[in-house]
Amino acid sequence: MRILIIEDDKEAASYLVKAFREAGHVADHAADGLDGYALAEEGDYDVLVVDRMLPKLDGLSLIRSLREQRVETPVLILSALGQVDDRVKGLRAGGDDYLPKPYAFSELLARVEVLSRRRASTPNTEPTLYRIADLELDRLSHRVTRSGQEIVLQPREFRLLEYLMKNANQVVTRTMLLEHVWDYHFDPQTNVIDVHVSRLRAKIDKGFDKPLIHTIRGAGYMVRVGQEGDEE
Amino acid sequence: MNASMTALGKLVRTTAFKLSFAYLFIFTIFAFVGLGYVAWNAQRLLTNQFISTIESEINSLSDQYRFGGLRRLVNIVERRSRAPGAMLYLVTTEAGERVAGNVGALPPGVIGRTGQFETLYNRTDETEARPDMAIVRVYLLPGGFRLLVGRDIEERRRLQEVIYRAFGYSLLFIVVLGCVGGWFITRRVLKRVDDMTEITRHIMAGDLGGRLKIAGTGDELDRLAQNLNDMLDRMGELMRGMQEVSDNIAHDLKTPLTRLRNKADEALRTASTPDELKSALEATIEESDNLIRIFNALLMIARLEAGNARDGLADFDAAEAVRDVAELYDALAEEAGVSLEVSVEDDLPIHGSRELLGQAMANLLDNALKYGASTGAPQGISVSAHRNGGEVRIVVADRGPGIPEAERGRVLERFVRLETARSRPGFGLGLSLAAAVARLHGGTLLLEDNEPGLRVILALPLKAVELPQAPLQSAA
Repeated sequence: MRILIIEDDKEAASYLVKAFREAGHVADHAADGLDGYALAEEGDYDVLVVDRMLPKLDGLSLIRSLREQRVETPVLILSALGQVDDRVKGLRAGGDDYLPKPYAFSELLARVEVLSRRRASTPNTEPTLYRIADLELDRLSHRVTRSGQEIVLQPREFRLLEYLMKNANQVVTRTMLLEHVWDYHFDPQTNVIDVHVSRLRAKIDKGFDKPLIHTIRGAGYMVRVGQEGDEE
Repeated sequence: MNASMTALGKLVRTTAFKLSFAYLFIFTIFAFVGLGYVAWNAQRLLTNQFISTIESEINSLSDQYRFGGLRRLVNIVERRSRAPGAMLYLVTTEAGERVAGNVGALPPGVIGRTGQFETLYNRTDETEARPDMAIVRVYLLPGGFRLLVGRDIEERRRLQEVIYRAFGYSLLFIVVLGCVGGWFITRRVLKRVDDMTEITRHIMAGDLGGRLKIAGTGDELDRLAQNLNDMLDRMGELMRGMQEVSDNIAHDLKTPLTRLRNKADEALRTASTPDELKSALEATIEESDNLIRIFNALLMIARLEAGNARDGLADFDAAEAVRDVAELYDALAEEAGVSLEVSVEDDLPIHGSRELLGQAMANLLDNALKYGASTGAPQGISVSAHRNGGEVRIVVADRGPGIPEAERGRVLERFVRLETARSRPGFGLGLSLAAAVARLHGGTLLLEDNEPGLRVILALPLKAVELPQAPLQSAA
């Protein structure tokens, strides 16, 4: 995956470039808004990570200009301004996701990976059926089956599983779940999300030999075929 | 010279001067118009009266002449001329020689004119030569004789003089009164404005305790002063809030920061294997995440109390928001072996932030789970939202140890944690944040006894109710 980081703080930028490279991605860096714009326009990036406050051209204007030029590369806005209305402004300007500083790199990585995957799947509309191993989720009939056996889920559990399966093989963090399944952007400070996931897990994985919902330590959750506990 | 020029310039620029000058100008015009009207009318009235007297005299005298001839006319004229008064009579020949009457000398040619006009004259009984003014009418008698009847108009001239003098005096009075009035306005009214300017300058210079004087008259200036004082109070509260935040940061954040530093220090000194270092680093990251969390909560409270979050407010259904959060925490309650009872009335529109209300609710439920489930008593948390008059009452009640009445106001303050809660995780910001959210919505946060346990009530106004002017009122 090719990632462009547009960030004026040298230290923060080199930390990000290094961390993305360690995670196995290609990462470029632009130190101001104009350079970033030029690189984003010509280079073929999968995801842009854009700081809001940039010299020469601020982050939001940069994104707006890119969108006007029909550059549809997913953008994750990284900003010290983290209030709800700041997020709304960022997303309205054309950003696809918004992460307030300070952040955990695992959170950023998970979001960037989900964004890039979304890009790959945008041309064709979202499938109506998600399938992983023997687990199936039908978005139209709201039915979930595993090995042909129907699993009854509460509406919220259904949305939780839907989001996890939509981003199968990607790490999904607790905040991402709170944002997408409950539409809240605050820090719940407790393990609420864990409890919901473990309830879901009890319904999906219990009684089957291959677990599908995995906990990724220090990051979040992932739906995939594999062994419990092994990390990315 | 220059100094006096600037002093004059300053005077001209003052509101007092401008107001006085305007009043002076207007009053002068009014006085002149009024006096002028009176004078003109008085003159006209007098003149008309003179003319009609002259007319009737001429009529009666010409009648006498017609019936009794020149002799009779002369007799009557002589008689009337002797009577004291302002009437003037003169009978002359065609050539202008005096036959009878009390008019001695006339300017040449006057007697030759006919009709009514004003002229100078001298009386026959007067010795001094100074002529007086008279209004006269010359009548041509049949047979070539001329009859002049007139009236002295010195009276009218004196009246005119009186009026001119009145003009003069009134102008003087107006100027004097205008100046006194201006001085009065400056001293009594504008002085207060000047005082306000002075006091506000002091306040700007840092004396935040300064307040404008209220005269108690309830006039515009009093209301202005009152509003400015209220504004200063509000600013003072905000400043105190900020001060409190920085005090708290200094006090309560130093502890975790020191802990963080010590941990890193200790790891550097004692850890020998990469695994040990790794776990020390992990602990450090965890500690710093906690710090970030505290900072976020503090910033959010400060932001809410400064009223900055008001821009992002919108209309939403509190019922749905409460159900959402209750649903989010239901799983957690179940895990903790606590029943969560939810009773929410439908359709509770409020104007505010769903996100912030969610955060406040999450904090309350968090507390209820943390403290409410701690005793061995019959456990259960209830969440309800109902209409109560013009407001929504969102109640989170638990069966825990509750909060003693004396402490209820205090726990809403930042970082205040009761002794019984020290052993449990948390920073003592949950309730303050909920209270700040309530205030942002124009509502209050109330703590009550649930007998046993704690009942936290978020009372928020229903939609379309304007936010109060001072959302910082004590919410306890």
